[in-house]
Amino acid sequence: MYAQMVKTGVDHIQSKEEMSPEERAFQDRVDADIKIEPKEWMPEAYRKTLIRQISQHAHSEIIGMQPEGNWITRAPTLERKAILLAKVQDEAGHGLYLYCAAETLGVSRDELLEQLNSGKAKYSSIFNYPTLTWADIGAIGWLVDGAAIMNQVPLQRCSYGPYSRAMVRICKEESFHQRQGYDIMMKLAKGTPEQKAMAQDALNRWWWPSLMMFGPSDAESVHSAQSMRWKIKINSNDELRQKFVDQTVPQAEYLGLTVPDPDLKWNAERGHYDFGAVNWDEFYQVVAGNGPCNRQRLRTRVKAYEEGRWVREAADAYAAKKAARAQVKAA
Amino acid sequence: MTDKKEWPLWEVFIRSQHGLAHRHVGSLHAPDAEMAIMNARDVYTRRNEGVSIWVVKASEIAASSPSEKGPLFDPANSKVYRHPTFYEIPEELGHM
Repeated sequence: MYAQMVKTGVDHIQSKEEMSPEERAFQDRVDADIKIEPKEWMPEAYRKTLIRQISQHAHSEIIGMQPEGNWITRAPTLERKAILLAKVQDEAGHGLYLYCAAETLGVSRDELLEQLNSGKAKYSSIFNYPTLTWADIGAIGWLVDGAAIMNQVPLQRCSYGPYSRAMVRICKEESFHQRQGYDIMMKLAKGTPEQKAMAQDALNRWWWPSLMMFGPSDAESVHSAQSMRWKIKINSNDELRQKFVDQTVPQAEYLGLTVPDPDLKWNAERGHYDFGAVNWDEFYQVVAGNGPCNRQRLRTRVKAYEEGRWVREAADAYAAKKAARAQVKAA
Repeated sequence: MTDKKEWPLWEVFIRSQHGLAHRHVGSLHAPDAEMAIMNARDVYTRRNEGVSIWVVKASEIAASSPSEKGPLFDPANSKVYRHPTFYEIPEELGHM
C-alpha cells in the first residue's frame, strides 16, 4: 500500500492482563471505536508506529507526483493536461494533509522532510516504476489509485482522529483520480490498434507492481496483528489484494484488455478470482532501493527542495520585514 | 539540508457557504498570515469548498486538556431537562 510493511516495535501481542491500567484503558477505547485525539495518552509504540505509517503515506503522495508529472508537458490535449495538473496538485495536497496529521504526534515537518530527502524514510514501491507512455497515466489512475482506494476507504475508520479525518478528505478526491485514469484507458482501448496496444502494454507493466502495493502476505506478521488491534490497519494485505483483483478484472474485460496472468481464473467455489504468484523478489529489490527509478526519484525530490530554498528564504524575509514595519507603526 | 527555521503552523477554518459557521479543516505551515491564507486556498479549497478562510497561529490557540474532560463536561450530563425530549406533551396537541 502507500505504507508498506510498517513495523510496530512489538514482539508479541499483549493480553489485557499484561497491560498497564493506562494501556488497558486505551485499548478499551479503541475497541469501543472511540477516536484517539492528539493530546490524549497513547502507548509510545502506537505513536511511533503511526508516525512511521502516516509519514510513509505522505512521502508516497509527494514522490507520487513525479511519475505523473513526467507527462504534464506531453499530455495529448489541453483538457487532459489540465486534468493531470489538477490530479498532481491533489497529490501534493494529500501529502500536506498527511504531514499535518503526523505532526500532531509530535514530529516536526522538517524532520519528516529530512527523512524523505536523506533516503532514510520509505515510500510506496510503486512510484519507482517509470511512466514510459501516455497510457501509463491511465494505468496509474485506474490501477494504482484503485489499489490505494481499497486501502484508504477502510482507513477512514481508523482509531487516530487526525489520520481518519485526513483519509476522509483524501478518499473524496481519490475517486476522481481513478475515474480519470479509467477514462484514459477507455479512450485508448477504443482507439486505433496502436492505441489499444499501448493500453495493453501499460496494463502489462503496471499489473504486478499494483498487486505488490498491498505488500507481502501478513497473515503471520505480529506487526500487522498489532496494527489491526490498534485499528490503524483494518484489513490484511491478502484480503485487500483479493478484493482489488476481483474488482479490477471485470474492468479490464470491459476494456477488452488481457490481465497479464496466465493463472488468473474465476473460482466459483471461493467466489473469487484465483491469481498467480507475485514476484516478491522484485518487490524486495525495489524496496531496498534497486527499482528502475529509485535514485532518480530521490534526486528529483532533493533538487526541487534545494531549488525552492530561495523562495522559502524570500518568504521568510518578507514576513520578517512586514512584522518589523507593523511593530514600528504600533510604537 | 533542512532550513534553520521552520515556518509556524497555522490552523485553517473554512466557511463552506453563507449562513454556516467557519469550521476547522486542518493546518499548514506558512511564514505569515497572508501566505497562510494563500496556501489554505490551494490546500483546502480546490473544489469550491469555501467562501471565506480564517487562519490562526496554532500556538495562539488555548485548548481544554483531555484530562479535564470529566470536570468540564460531566456537569451537563445530569441536566436532562435542558433537552426538549424531557417533557411529555399530549399527542393531541400535535407538534410543539
